[in-house]
Amino acid sequence: MKAFDYAAPASLPEAVGLLASQPAARLLAGGTDLLVQLRSGRKQADVVIDVKKIPELNEITLAPDHSLTIGAAVPCYRLTDHPAIRTHYPALAEVASWIGGTPIQGRASLGGNLCNSAPSADSIPLLIALSASAHLIGPAGRRSVPVEAFCTAPGRNQLAPGELLVAIHIPAPAPHSGAAYLRFIPRNEMDIAVVGAGASLTLANGLIAAARLALSSVAPTPLFVPAAGESLIGQAPTPAALEAAAQLAQAAASPISDMRGSAAYRRHLCAVMARRALELALARAQESK
Amino acid sequence: MSAKVQVQTTINNEPVEFLCEPRQSLLECLRDIVGLTGAKEGCGDGNCGSCTVRLGDRIVTSCLVLGVEAAGQSITTVEGLAHGNTLHPLQKAFLENAALQCGICTPGFLIAADALLQKHPQPTEEQTRFWLANNLCRCTGYDKIIRAVQAAAHEINANSGAAQ
Repeated sequence: MKAFDYAAPASLPEAVGLLASQPAARLLAGGTDLLVQLRSGRKQADVVIDVKKIPELNEITLAPDHSLTIGAAVPCYRLTDHPAIRTHYPALAEVASWIGGTPIQGRASLGGNLCNSAPSADSIPLLIALSASAHLIGPAGRRSVPVEAFCTAPGRNQLAPGELLVAIHIPAPAPHSGAAYLRFIPRNEMDIAVVGAGASLTLANGLIAAARLALSSVAPTPLFVPAAGESLIGQAPTPAALEAAAQLAQAAASPISDMRGSAAYRRHLCAVMARRALELALARAQESK
Repeated sequence: MSAKVQVQTTINNEPVEFLCEPRQSLLECLRDIVGLTGAKEGCGDGNCGSCTVRLGDRIVTSCLVLGVEAAGQSITTVEGLAHGNTLHPLQKAFLENAALQCGICTPGFLIAADALLQKHPQPTEEQTRFWLANNLCRCTGYDKIIRAVQAAAHEINANSGAAQ
Protein backbone atom coordinates (compact mmCIF):
# COMPACT_ATOMS: atom_id res chain seq x y z
CA MET A 1 0.00 0.00 0.00
CA LYS A 2 1.17 3.52 -0.81
CA ALA A 3 2.16 5.54 2.26
CA PHE A 4 -0.41 7.71 4.03
CA ASP A 5 -0.85 9.44 7.36
CA TYR A 6 -3.36 8.27 9.93
CA ALA A 7 -5.64 10.36 12.11
CA ALA A 8 -8.31 9.27 14.57
CA PRO A 9 -10.40 12.30 15.58
CA ALA A 10 -12.40 11.95 18.79
CA SER A 11 -15.29 14.25 17.87
CA LEU A 12 -17.41 15.21 14.87
CA PRO A 13 -16.19 18.86 14.73
CA GLU A 14 -12.61 17.60 14.77
CA ALA A 15 -13.35 15.14 11.96
CA VAL A 16 -15.13 17.76 9.84
CA GLY A 17 -12.24 20.21 10.32
CA LEU A 18 -9.69 17.55 9.41
CA LEU A 19 -11.63 16.47 6.33
CA ALA A 20 -11.93 20.11 5.16
CA SER A 21 -8.18 20.65 5.49
CA GLN A 22 -7.25 17.37 3.75
CA PRO A 23 -8.72 17.08 0.25
CA ALA A 24 -6.97 13.75 -0.35
CA ALA A 25 -8.32 12.12 2.80
CA ARG A 26 -10.31 8.89 2.95
CA LEU A 27 -12.59 7.87 5.80
CA LEU A 28 -11.98 4.54 7.52
CA ALA A 29 -14.65 2.71 9.50
CA GLY A 30 -14.35 -1.08 9.22
CA GLY A 31 -11.89 -0.85 6.33
CA THR A 32 -13.19 -3.97 4.64
CA ASP A 33 -13.77 -2.08 1.38
CA LEU A 34 -11.35 0.85 1.78
CA LEU A 35 -8.18 -1.10 2.61
CA VAL A 36 -8.78 -3.46 -0.33
CA GLN A 37 -9.25 -0.45 -2.64
CA LEU A 38 -6.15 1.35 -1.32
CA ARG A 39 -4.04 -1.79 -1.66
CA SER A 40 -5.17 -2.44 -5.22
CA GLY A 41 -4.65 1.22 -6.19
CA ARG A 42 -8.33 1.73 -7.07
CA LYS A 43 -8.41 4.52 -4.49
CA GLN A 44 -5.68 6.79 -3.19
CA ALA A 45 -5.26 8.65 0.10
CA ASP A 46 -2.75 11.04 1.64
CA VAL A 47 -4.50 10.71 4.98
CA VAL A 48 -6.74 7.98 6.33
CA ILE A 49 -9.19 9.35 8.89
CA ASP A 50 -10.39 6.64 11.28
CA VAL A 51 -13.90 7.61 12.41
CA LYS A 52 -14.33 4.82 14.98
CA LYS A 53 -13.27 7.03 17.91
CA ILE A 54 -16.21 9.42 17.34
CA PRO A 55 -18.90 8.47 19.88
CA GLU A 56 -21.89 9.42 17.69
CA LEU A 57 -20.72 7.08 14.93
CA ASN A 58 -20.63 4.11 17.31
CA GLU A 59 -24.09 4.41 18.84
CA ILE A 60 -27.18 2.32 18.24
CA THR A 61 -30.27 4.19 19.48
CA LEU A 62 -33.59 2.36 19.49
CA ALA A 63 -36.19 4.91 20.60
CA PRO A 64 -39.34 3.98 22.60
CA ASP A 65 -41.37 4.30 19.36
CA HIS A 66 -38.86 1.84 17.75
CA SER A 67 -37.34 4.37 15.39
CA LEU A 68 -33.71 3.38 15.03
CA THR A 69 -30.49 5.35 14.56
CA ILE A 70 -27.39 3.37 13.62
CA GLY A 71 -24.04 5.17 13.85
CA ALA A 72 -22.13 5.05 10.58
CA ALA A 73 -19.25 2.99 12.04
CA VAL A 74 -21.29 0.43 14.02
CA PRO A 75 -20.00 -2.97 12.94
CA CYS A 76 -22.51 -5.50 11.57
CA TYR A 77 -22.16 -7.97 14.46
CA ARG A 78 -23.58 -5.41 16.90
CA LEU A 79 -26.81 -5.36 14.87
CA THR A 80 -26.98 -9.15 14.59
CA ASP A 81 -26.32 -9.60 18.32
CA HIS A 82 -28.71 -6.83 19.48
CA PRO A 83 -31.75 -8.53 21.09
CA ALA A 84 -34.15 -5.61 20.47
CA ILE A 85 -33.05 -5.24 16.84
CA ARG A 86 -33.57 -8.98 16.32
CA THR A 87 -37.10 -8.54 17.70
CA HIS A 88 -38.13 -5.32 15.97
CA TYR A 89 -35.96 -5.42 12.83
CA PRO A 90 -35.32 -9.12 12.07
CA ALA A 91 -34.51 -8.31 8.43
CA LEU A 92 -31.81 -5.87 9.54
CA ALA A 93 -30.25 -8.44 11.88
CA GLU A 94 -30.29 -10.94 8.99
CA VAL A 95 -28.69 -8.67 6.41
CA ALA A 96 -25.97 -7.71 8.90
CA SER A 97 -25.17 -11.42 9.25
CA TRP A 98 -24.94 -11.89 5.46
CA ILE A 99 -22.38 -9.17 4.63
CA GLY A 100 -19.06 -11.00 4.37
CA GLY A 101 -18.20 -13.70 6.92
CA THR A 102 -17.66 -13.62 10.68
CA PRO A 103 -14.35 -11.67 10.70
CA ILE A 104 -15.71 -9.15 8.18
CA GLN A 105 -18.83 -8.61 10.31
CA GLY A 106 -16.57 -7.73 13.25
CA ARG A 107 -15.46 -4.64 11.30
CA ALA A 108 -17.77 -3.83 8.38
CA SER A 109 -20.57 -1.32 8.98
CA LEU A 110 -23.87 -0.54 7.26
CA GLY A 111 -22.56 3.03 6.98
CA GLY A 112 -19.59 1.73 5.01
CA ASN A 113 -21.85 -0.47 2.89
CA LEU A 114 -23.90 2.63 2.04
CA CYS A 115 -20.92 4.92 1.37
CA ASN A 116 -19.17 2.30 -0.78
CA SER A 117 -22.33 2.59 -2.92
CA ALA A 118 -21.95 -0.70 -4.78
CA PRO A 119 -24.97 -1.67 -6.94
CA SER A 120 -24.86 -5.04 -5.16
CA ALA A 121 -24.78 -3.66 -1.59
CA ASP A 122 -26.95 -6.00 0.48
CA SER A 123 -28.08 -3.51 3.11
CA ILE A 124 -29.24 -0.72 0.78
CA PRO A 125 -32.44 -2.26 -0.68
CA LEU A 126 -33.59 -3.06 2.85
CA LEU A 127 -32.75 0.45 4.10
CA ILE A 128 -34.74 1.87 1.18
CA ALA A 129 -37.67 -0.43 2.00
CA LEU A 130 -37.50 0.77 5.61
CA SER A 131 -37.62 4.44 4.44
CA ALA A 132 -34.20 5.08 5.99
CA SER A 133 -32.33 8.34 5.60
CA ALA A 134 -28.61 9.12 5.68
CA HIS A 135 -27.61 11.80 8.18
CA LEU A 136 -24.62 13.74 6.88
CA ILE A 137 -22.40 16.44 8.34
CA GLY A 138 -20.03 18.77 6.53
CA PRO A 139 -18.59 22.27 6.46
CA ALA A 140 -22.10 23.63 5.67
CA GLY A 141 -23.70 21.79 8.59
CA ARG A 142 -25.98 18.80 8.78
CA ARG A 143 -28.43 17.47 6.22
CA SER A 144 -30.43 14.35 5.63
CA VAL A 145 -30.78 12.40 2.37
CA PRO A 146 -33.29 9.58 1.75
CA VAL A 147 -31.29 6.39 1.16
CA GLU A 148 -33.03 5.84 -2.21
CA ALA A 149 -31.51 9.14 -3.41
CA PHE A 150 -28.05 8.60 -1.86
CA CYS A 151 -26.29 6.46 -4.48
CA THR A 152 -25.78 8.14 -7.86
CA ALA A 153 -23.59 5.67 -9.82
CA PRO A 154 -21.44 2.61 -9.04
CA GLY A 155 -19.20 3.73 -6.14
CA ARG A 156 -20.61 7.27 -6.22
CA ASN A 157 -23.05 9.03 -3.93
CA GLN A 158 -24.41 12.34 -2.67
CA LEU A 159 -21.53 12.98 -0.22
CA ALA A 160 -20.07 16.39 -1.14
CA PRO A 161 -16.35 17.14 -0.58
CA GLY A 162 -15.79 17.47 3.16
CA GLU A 163 -18.98 15.63 4.10
CA LEU A 164 -19.24 12.45 6.10
CA LEU A 165 -22.01 10.04 7.06
CA VAL A 166 -22.92 10.30 10.75
CA ALA A 167 -25.75 7.80 11.02
CA ILE A 168 -28.52 5.94 9.27
CA HIS A 169 -31.96 6.72 10.64
CA ILE A 170 -34.99 4.46 10.27
CA PRO A 171 -38.35 6.02 11.17
CA ALA A 172 -40.70 4.18 13.52
CA PRO A 173 -42.46 1.38 11.60
CA ALA A 174 -46.27 1.64 11.60
CA PRO A 175 -48.20 -1.06 13.53
CA HIS A 176 -48.61 -4.33 11.60
CA SER A 177 -45.50 -3.75 9.49
CA GLY A 178 -42.93 -6.25 8.29
CA ALA A 179 -39.77 -6.11 6.21
CA ALA A 180 -37.44 -8.55 4.49
CA TYR A 181 -34.30 -8.70 2.38
CA LEU A 182 -33.54 -11.78 0.31
CA ARG A 183 -30.74 -12.35 -2.15
CA PHE A 184 -29.90 -15.03 -4.67
CA ILE A 185 -26.35 -16.38 -4.43
CA PRO A 186 -25.03 -19.66 -5.85
CA ARG A 187 -23.50 -20.70 -2.49
CA ASN A 188 -24.86 -20.41 1.03
CA GLU A 189 -22.76 -17.54 2.36
CA MET A 190 -19.86 -15.16 1.64
CA ASP A 191 -21.05 -14.16 -1.81
CA ILE A 192 -22.25 -11.15 -3.76
CA ALA A 193 -25.93 -10.99 -4.72
CA VAL A 194 -26.83 -11.99 -8.27
CA VAL A 195 -30.09 -10.24 -7.45
CA GLY A 196 -31.32 -8.97 -4.07
CA ALA A 197 -34.72 -7.63 -3.07
CA GLY A 198 -35.76 -5.61 -0.04
CA ALA A 199 -39.41 -5.14 0.84
CA SER A 200 -41.56 -3.60 3.54
CA LEU A 201 -45.29 -3.88 3.93
CA THR A 202 -47.87 -2.44 6.34
CA LEU A 203 -51.35 -3.87 6.89
CA ALA A 204 -54.44 -2.01 8.10
CA ASN A 205 -57.87 -3.64 8.39
CA GLY A 206 -56.72 -6.58 6.31
CA LEU A 207 -55.57 -4.44 3.38
CA ILE A 208 -52.10 -3.24 2.40
CA ALA A 209 -51.73 0.34 3.63
CA ALA A 210 -48.10 0.90 2.58
CA ALA A 211 -45.39 -1.01 0.74
CA ARG A 212 -41.91 -0.31 -0.57
CA LEU A 213 -39.66 -2.43 -2.74
CA ALA A 214 -36.03 -2.05 -3.88
CA LEU A 215 -33.57 -4.28 -5.73
CA SER A 216 -29.79 -4.75 -5.76
CA SER A 217 -27.43 -5.87 -8.56
CA VAL A 218 -29.84 -5.00 -11.38
CA ALA A 219 -29.00 -1.33 -12.14
CA PRO A 220 -26.06 1.10 -11.74
CA THR A 221 -27.31 1.84 -8.22
CA PRO A 222 -29.52 0.01 -5.73
CA LEU A 223 -32.92 0.46 -7.39
CA PHE A 224 -36.02 1.82 -5.65
CA VAL A 225 -39.20 0.82 -7.51
CA PRO A 226 -41.94 3.12 -6.16
CA ALA A 227 -44.52 1.77 -8.63
CA ALA A 228 -44.24 -1.74 -7.19
CA GLY A 229 -45.12 -0.61 -3.67
CA GLU A 230 -47.81 1.82 -4.85
CA SER A 231 -49.54 -0.93 -6.84
CA LEU A 232 -50.20 -2.76 -3.57
CA ILE A 233 -51.78 0.09 -1.63
CA GLY A 234 -55.44 -0.58 -0.84
CA GLN A 235 -55.19 -4.17 -2.11
CA ALA A 236 -55.83 -7.36 -0.21
CA PRO A 237 -52.48 -9.15 0.29
CA THR A 238 -53.18 -11.91 -2.24
CA PRO A 239 -50.57 -13.91 -4.14
CA ALA A 240 -51.78 -12.25 -7.36
CA ALA A 241 -51.27 -8.74 -5.95
CA LEU A 242 -47.74 -9.58 -4.76
CA GLU A 243 -46.92 -11.18 -8.12
CA ALA A 244 -48.16 -8.10 -9.98
CA ALA A 245 -45.91 -5.88 -7.81
CA ALA A 246 -42.97 -8.22 -8.45
CA GLN A 247 -43.59 -7.92 -12.20
CA LEU A 248 -43.37 -4.12 -11.88
CA ALA A 249 -40.02 -4.52 -10.10
CA GLN A 250 -38.80 -6.75 -12.92
CA ALA A 251 -39.90 -4.18 -15.52
CA ALA A 252 -37.94 -1.43 -13.76
CA ALA A 253 -34.66 -3.39 -13.67
CA SER A 254 -31.89 -2.89 -16.23
CA PRO A 255 -29.44 -5.68 -15.36
CA ILE A 256 -26.16 -6.40 -17.15
CA SER A 257 -24.51 -9.72 -17.93
CA ASP A 258 -21.36 -10.53 -15.96
CA MET A 259 -19.59 -13.47 -14.31
CA ARG A 260 -22.38 -13.80 -11.74
CA GLY A 261 -25.27 -14.06 -14.16
CA SER A 262 -26.68 -13.06 -17.54
CA ALA A 263 -29.03 -10.11 -17.90
CA ALA A 264 -31.88 -12.46 -18.85
CA TYR A 265 -31.31 -14.65 -15.79
CA ARG A 266 -31.16 -11.60 -13.54
CA ARG A 267 -34.37 -10.26 -15.03
CA HIS A 268 -36.07 -13.57 -14.26
CA LEU A 269 -34.68 -13.48 -10.71
CA CYS A 270 -35.96 -9.93 -10.13
CA ALA A 271 -39.57 -11.10 -10.15
CA VAL A 272 -38.80 -14.22 -8.11
CA MET A 273 -36.81 -12.43 -5.39
CA ALA A 274 -39.19 -9.46 -5.26
CA ARG A 275 -42.19 -11.76 -4.79
CA ARG A 276 -40.43 -13.81 -2.09
CA ALA A 277 -39.29 -10.68 -0.23
CA LEU A 278 -42.86 -9.34 -0.33
CA GLU A 279 -44.20 -12.68 0.93
CA LEU A 280 -41.77 -12.68 3.87
CA ALA A 281 -42.49 -9.01 4.66
CA LEU A 282 -46.22 -9.84 4.58
CA ALA A 283 -45.78 -12.82 6.91
CA ARG A 284 -43.86 -10.59 9.34
CA ALA A 285 -46.50 -7.85 9.09
CA GLN A 286 -49.21 -10.41 9.90
CA GLU A 287 -47.29 -11.57 12.98
CA SER A 288 -46.43 -8.07 14.22
CA LYS A 289 -48.55 -6.15 16.69
CA MET B 1 7.08 8.15 3.56
CA SER B 2 4.85 9.17 6.42
CA ALA B 3 6.10 9.26 10.00
CA LYS B 4 6.22 5.96 11.86
CA VAL B 5 3.86 5.48 14.77
CA GLN B 6 4.53 3.80 18.09
CA VAL B 7 1.74 1.32 18.86
CA GLN B 8 1.15 -0.17 22.31
CA THR B 9 -0.84 -3.39 22.38
CA THR B 10 -1.28 -6.57 24.35
CA ILE B 11 -0.46 -9.62 22.25
CA ASN B 12 -1.16 -13.09 23.66
CA ASN B 13 -1.43 -11.56 27.15
CA GLU B 14 1.98 -9.85 26.95
CA PRO B 15 2.38 -6.08 26.58
CA VAL B 16 3.96 -5.44 23.16
CA GLU B 17 5.03 -2.16 21.57
CA PHE B 18 5.91 -1.85 17.93
CA LEU B 19 6.84 0.92 15.51
CA CYS B 20 5.03 0.86 12.18
CA GLU B 21 4.02 2.96 9.21
CA PRO B 22 0.32 3.89 9.11
CA ARG B 23 -0.05 2.03 5.79
CA GLN B 24 1.08 -1.29 7.28
CA SER B 25 -1.61 -3.86 7.99
CA LEU B 26 -1.86 -5.51 11.38
CA LEU B 27 -0.81 -8.71 9.60
CA GLU B 28 2.42 -7.10 8.34
CA CYS B 29 3.08 -5.67 11.80
CA LEU B 30 2.60 -9.04 13.48
CA ARG B 31 4.72 -10.97 10.99
CA ASP B 32 7.43 -8.54 9.89
CA ILE B 33 7.87 -6.31 12.96
CA VAL B 34 6.78 -8.31 16.01
CA GLY B 35 7.99 -11.61 14.53
CA LEU B 36 4.81 -13.61 15.09
CA THR B 37 4.50 -15.49 11.81
CA GLY B 38 1.60 -17.76 12.77
CA ALA B 39 -1.00 -15.65 10.96
CA LYS B 40 -0.49 -16.14 7.22
CA GLU B 41 -1.08 -13.93 4.23
CA GLY B 42 -3.26 -15.66 1.65
CA CYS B 43 -5.39 -13.37 -0.49
CA GLY B 44 -4.67 -10.01 1.15
CA ASP B 45 -8.25 -8.85 0.68
CA GLY B 46 -10.23 -10.49 3.46
CA ASN B 47 -11.60 -13.49 1.57
CA CYS B 48 -9.43 -16.42 2.67
CA GLY B 49 -9.22 -15.97 6.44
CA SER B 50 -5.66 -17.31 6.80
CA CYS B 51 -4.67 -14.08 8.60
CA THR B 52 -7.53 -14.28 11.13
CA VAL B 53 -6.60 -13.06 14.63
CA ARG B 54 -8.66 -11.99 17.61
CA LEU B 55 -8.75 -8.22 18.12
CA GLY B 56 -10.52 -7.24 21.33
CA ASP B 57 -13.52 -9.54 21.56
CA ARG B 58 -13.93 -10.13 17.81
CA ILE B 59 -12.06 -12.08 15.16
CA VAL B 60 -10.82 -10.02 12.21
CA THR B 61 -8.89 -10.65 9.02
CA SER B 62 -5.69 -8.87 10.04
CA CYS B 63 -4.87 -7.98 6.42
CA LEU B 64 -7.87 -5.60 6.58
CA VAL B 65 -6.83 -3.86 9.81
CA LEU B 66 -4.15 -1.19 10.03
CA GLY B 67 -1.48 -1.84 12.65
CA VAL B 68 -2.14 1.63 14.10
CA GLU B 69 -5.78 0.68 14.70
CA ALA B 70 -4.62 -1.96 17.19
CA ALA B 71 -3.34 0.69 19.62
CA GLY B 72 -4.61 -0.03 23.13
CA GLN B 73 -6.24 -3.29 22.05
CA SER B 74 -5.59 -6.87 22.92
CA ILE B 75 -4.71 -9.34 20.18
CA THR B 76 -4.64 -13.13 20.20
CA THR B 77 -2.76 -15.00 17.51
CA VAL B 78 -2.36 -18.75 17.05
CA GLU B 79 0.87 -18.51 19.08
CA GLY B 80 -1.27 -17.63 22.10
CA LEU B 81 -3.51 -20.71 22.04
CA ALA B 82 -1.26 -23.35 23.60
CA HIS B 83 -0.24 -23.22 27.27
CA GLY B 84 3.50 -23.88 27.21
CA ASN B 85 3.89 -27.36 25.79
CA THR B 86 0.23 -28.22 26.26
CA LEU B 87 -1.72 -27.80 23.06
CA HIS B 88 -5.16 -26.15 23.09
CA PRO B 89 -7.95 -28.75 22.74
CA LEU B 90 -8.63 -27.39 19.24
CA GLN B 91 -5.00 -27.91 18.23
CA LYS B 92 -5.08 -31.47 19.58
CA ALA B 93 -8.38 -32.17 17.83
CA PHE B 94 -7.04 -30.83 14.51
CA LEU B 95 -4.10 -33.24 14.77
CA GLU B 96 -6.22 -36.21 15.86
CA ASN B 97 -8.80 -35.62 13.12
CA ALA B 98 -6.24 -34.90 10.37
CA ALA B 99 -7.91 -31.51 9.89
CA LEU B 100 -4.92 -30.05 8.09
CA GLN B 101 -2.57 -30.93 5.28
CA CYS B 102 -0.46 -28.00 4.07
CA GLY B 103 -1.25 -26.01 7.20
CA ILE B 104 -1.43 -22.50 5.72
CA CYS B 105 -5.09 -22.02 6.65
CA THR B 106 -4.81 -23.71 10.04
CA PRO B 107 -3.85 -20.73 12.25
CA GLY B 108 -6.85 -18.81 10.94
CA PHE B 109 -9.19 -21.77 11.43
CA LEU B 110 -7.94 -22.29 14.99
CA ILE B 111 -8.46 -18.65 16.00
CA ALA B 112 -11.89 -18.52 14.34
CA ALA B 113 -12.95 -21.84 15.87
CA ASP B 114 -11.74 -20.72 19.32
CA ALA B 115 -13.98 -17.62 19.04
CA LEU B 116 -16.88 -19.83 17.91
CA LEU B 117 -16.55 -22.13 20.94
CA GLN B 118 -16.42 -19.16 23.30
CA LYS B 119 -19.70 -17.86 21.84
CA HIS B 120 -21.38 -21.23 21.20
CA PRO B 121 -19.82 -23.92 23.44
CA GLN B 122 -21.70 -26.70 21.61
CA PRO B 123 -22.16 -25.41 18.06
CA THR B 124 -24.24 -27.31 15.53
CA GLU B 125 -22.63 -28.34 12.26
CA GLU B 126 -24.56 -25.56 10.50
CA GLN B 127 -23.41 -22.91 13.02
CA THR B 128 -19.84 -24.16 12.63
CA ARG B 129 -19.92 -24.07 8.83
CA PHE B 130 -21.42 -20.56 8.71
CA TRP B 131 -19.00 -19.23 11.35
CA LEU B 132 -16.01 -20.66 9.46
CA ALA B 133 -17.26 -19.64 5.99
CA ASN B 134 -14.66 -16.86 5.87
CA ASN B 135 -11.83 -19.41 6.23
CA LEU B 136 -10.84 -21.23 3.05
CA CYS B 137 -9.04 -24.58 2.98
CA ARG B 138 -8.00 -26.10 -0.34
CA CYS B 139 -6.71 -29.39 1.12
CA THR B 140 -9.14 -31.03 3.51
CA GLY B 141 -12.58 -30.49 2.00
CA TYR B 142 -13.69 -29.06 5.37
CA ASP B 143 -15.38 -32.19 6.80
CA LYS B 144 -12.37 -33.06 8.92
CA ILE B 145 -12.14 -29.48 10.19
CA ILE B 146 -15.82 -29.54 11.19
CA ARG B 147 -15.30 -32.88 12.96
CA ALA B 148 -12.23 -31.52 14.76
CA VAL B 149 -14.11 -28.45 16.00
CA GLN B 150 -16.94 -30.64 17.28
CA ALA B 151 -14.49 -33.00 18.97
CA ALA B 152 -12.74 -30.06 20.66
CA ALA B 153 -16.09 -28.66 21.82
CA HIS B 154 -16.95 -32.05 23.28
CA GLU B 155 -13.61 -32.28 25.11
CA ILE B 156 -13.76 -28.71 26.45
CA ASN B 157 -17.33 -29.24 27.70
CA ALA B 158 -16.46 -32.61 29.26
CA ASN B 159 -13.49 -31.07 31.10
CA SER B 160 -15.42 -28.05 32.30
CA GLY B 161 -18.18 -30.43 33.50
CA ALA B 162 -15.60 -32.49 35.40
CA ALA B 163 -14.14 -29.39 37.00
CA GLN B 164 -17.50 -28.36 38.49
